[in-house]
Amino acid sequence: MAEITKEELRQPENLIYKKTDLLTDKPLSYCPGCGHGTAHRIVMEVLDEMGIQDQTIGIAPVGCSVLAYEFMNIDMQQAAHGRAPAVATAVKRLHPEKFVFTYQGDGDLAAIGTAETIHACNRGENIVIIFINNGIYGMTGGQMAPTTLPGMKSSTSPYGRDVATMGNPLKITELIAQLPGTIYVTRQAVHTPANVRKTKKAVRKAFENQKLNKGLSFVEIVSNCNSGWKMTPRQSNEWMVENMFPFYPLGDIKVND
Amino acid sequence: MKELRLMKGNEAFAEAAIRAGADGYFGYPITPQSEVMEYLMAEKPEERTGMIVLQAESEIAAINMVYGGAACGKRVLTSSSSPGVSLKQEGISYIAGAELPCVILNVARGGPGLGTIQPAQSDYFQSTKGGGHGDYKMLVLAPSSVQEMADFAGLGFELAFKYRNPVLILSDGAIGQMMEKVELDEQRPRFTDEEIKNNTPWATTGKTKDRERNIITSLDLDSYKQELHNLDLQAKYREMEKNETRYEAISCDDAEYLIVAYGTSARLSQKAVDLLRAEGIKVGLLRPITLFPFPTAVIAKLADQVKGILTVEMSAGQMIEDVRLAVGCRVKVEHFGRMGGIIPSPTEIVDAMHKKIIGG
Ligand SMILES: Cc1ncc(C[n+]2csc(CCOP(=O)(O)OP(=O)(O)O)c2C)c(N)n1
Ligand code: SF4
Repeated sequence: MAEITKEELRQPENLIYKKTDLLTDKPLSYCPGCGHGTAHRIVMEVLDEMGIQDQTIGIAPVGCSVLAYEFMNIDMQQAAHGRAPAVATAVKRLHPEKFVFTYQGDGDLAAIGTAETIHACNRGENIVIIFINNGIYGMTGGQMAPTTLPGMKSSTSPYGRDVATMGNPLKITELIAQLPGTIYVTRQAVHTPANVRKTKKAVRKAFENQKLNKGLSFVEIVSNCNSGWKMTPRQSNEWMVENMFPFYPLGDIKVND
Repeated sequence: MKELRLMKGNEAFAEAAIRAGADGYFGYPITPQSEVMEYLMAEKPEERTGMIVLQAESEIAAINMVYGGAACGKRVLTSSSSPGVSLKQEGISYIAGAELPCVILNVARGGPGLGTIQPAQSDYFQSTKGGGHGDYKMLVLAPSSVQEMADFAGLGFELAFKYRNPVLILSDGAIGQMMEKVELDEQRPRFTDEEIKNNTPWATTGKTKDRERNIITSLDLDSYKQELHNLDLQAKYREMEKNETRYEAISCDDAEYLIVAYGTSARLSQKAVDLLRAEGIKVGLLRPITLFPFPTAVIAKLADQVKGILTVEMSAGQMIEDVRLAVGCRVKVEHFGRMGGIIPSPTEIVDAMHKKIIGG
């Protein structure tokens, strides 16, 4: 095959992939190798493909994705730590015709915001919750999260999570699936192209549910935090497959069609 | 047309909020303010005006719902009583930081802790000196009648939108629970989408092609920008001080002594003024209606006229600090108050005036 130059590569006819306009040109603040960036892209591509940029309001959490509004080219609100589902509740109730989603980490959603999460899900608010579970507090420097695995080291469990004194990891997604208010609860990942495709399908389904006023859709994305886990990106993905997936198995947990 | 009704303070506030064109109420039950949400739920404002009412899982959730609604340019409100208002403080700080308009009612009760369900004024510091973290101010209105409970719902929204700032109505259990005659305003329409677009162009309503995206946040990791934001906030608060200071001066023209009191204490102090005047002592009452901005200038002026000032508060003495700041050391300023949910009687106030100011 003939060599292709950089210039030729940039010609429109040779483009096979383009960043969605719903992502801004601002360089992502995430560590190289982190799953947050891919998750952002998937959500924005889905909004783009559905043509609902002008009808969507996103809620950013406190956590590494606190600056999601810098990257997502839509109207956004930044919520207090854990409170995104309450914020989203009001936005959706006051704008039932708009699309509303929250994007939250595990500390945000499953520790400080447990009450807001459970109750928004239980009320069946017609919103989408995107839940990034990386088993650690990334933003604050790698402390133990409610989802940290037994024996897993973090800066506040330096000898590994001792479940006798620190409790067991919380499978909040399974808990949420029990609530009649949720319509679709699924757990996905974004570390391989195949998983990216699956996650995108799940996110699309979640927003389609909202369009049909079906109730709350909850998409967990099991992700890596290579910085917090103190691993290279590749090591962290391997570690995730070996350790996180057995505890947090991927796939649909609840589908009420 | 105005409508005359006999109502509890809490109910009058709720009805007035509907009539002020509110879009959403978010609350959590707590005595002595639960009638606000009970009235709203019974009234079904969704059928009357389209206003929504939601019982949240906590005061924390409720204030964050207010954040979300306000960020959409809607007229939203919440109400609670002291322990619940403590829980709201983080949310209030975010609302102040993101410069969102909303109305918050505190029907205060005695503390600290779970305290009592009886009325108190011990949340003055929390209301006027921050409460939550960071350098921020709420505009604080202090009603002393059921009529003002109703009036301040509408006024609260007006001021909140004028300044893009949270407005706190600091009431207490006595005013929330008592029944009085109240004149209610006519129904005002809720904002239309067009009005929201034009009047609150910052609101998150979905990014259309004709504008940049709207972001509601209180975060700026760049300290220089964060300082500029803080300077803007401070300039706004100075503007409120200039334009929005409200008070009522009763029998102050010839006063030789002065009582400063707000809310329920002001009602009792007015009776005390009558009793003292019957004794031939010329006493006036200065009732702050806004606690922030505080009527500093008028109190400073009265300090040149009177021989002594008694502040009456249902607390250990909180507002007295602002009165003393206004007065300096020119005349004696003393506090009289009851705590723990006890309402002082006018004769107790008369006695305190004699002991602490006139004879003291
Ligand atoms: C009330 C409050 N408590 C604590 C913090 C500090 N804090 C910021 S981010 C964070 C943890 C976020 O972790 P997670 O939700 O798992 O998201 P990640 O950063 O891993 O994406 C904490 C504790 C805060 N900002 N506010
Ligand atoms: S700290 Fe962890 S979660 Fe945060 S950006 Fe870095 S890798 Fe991602």
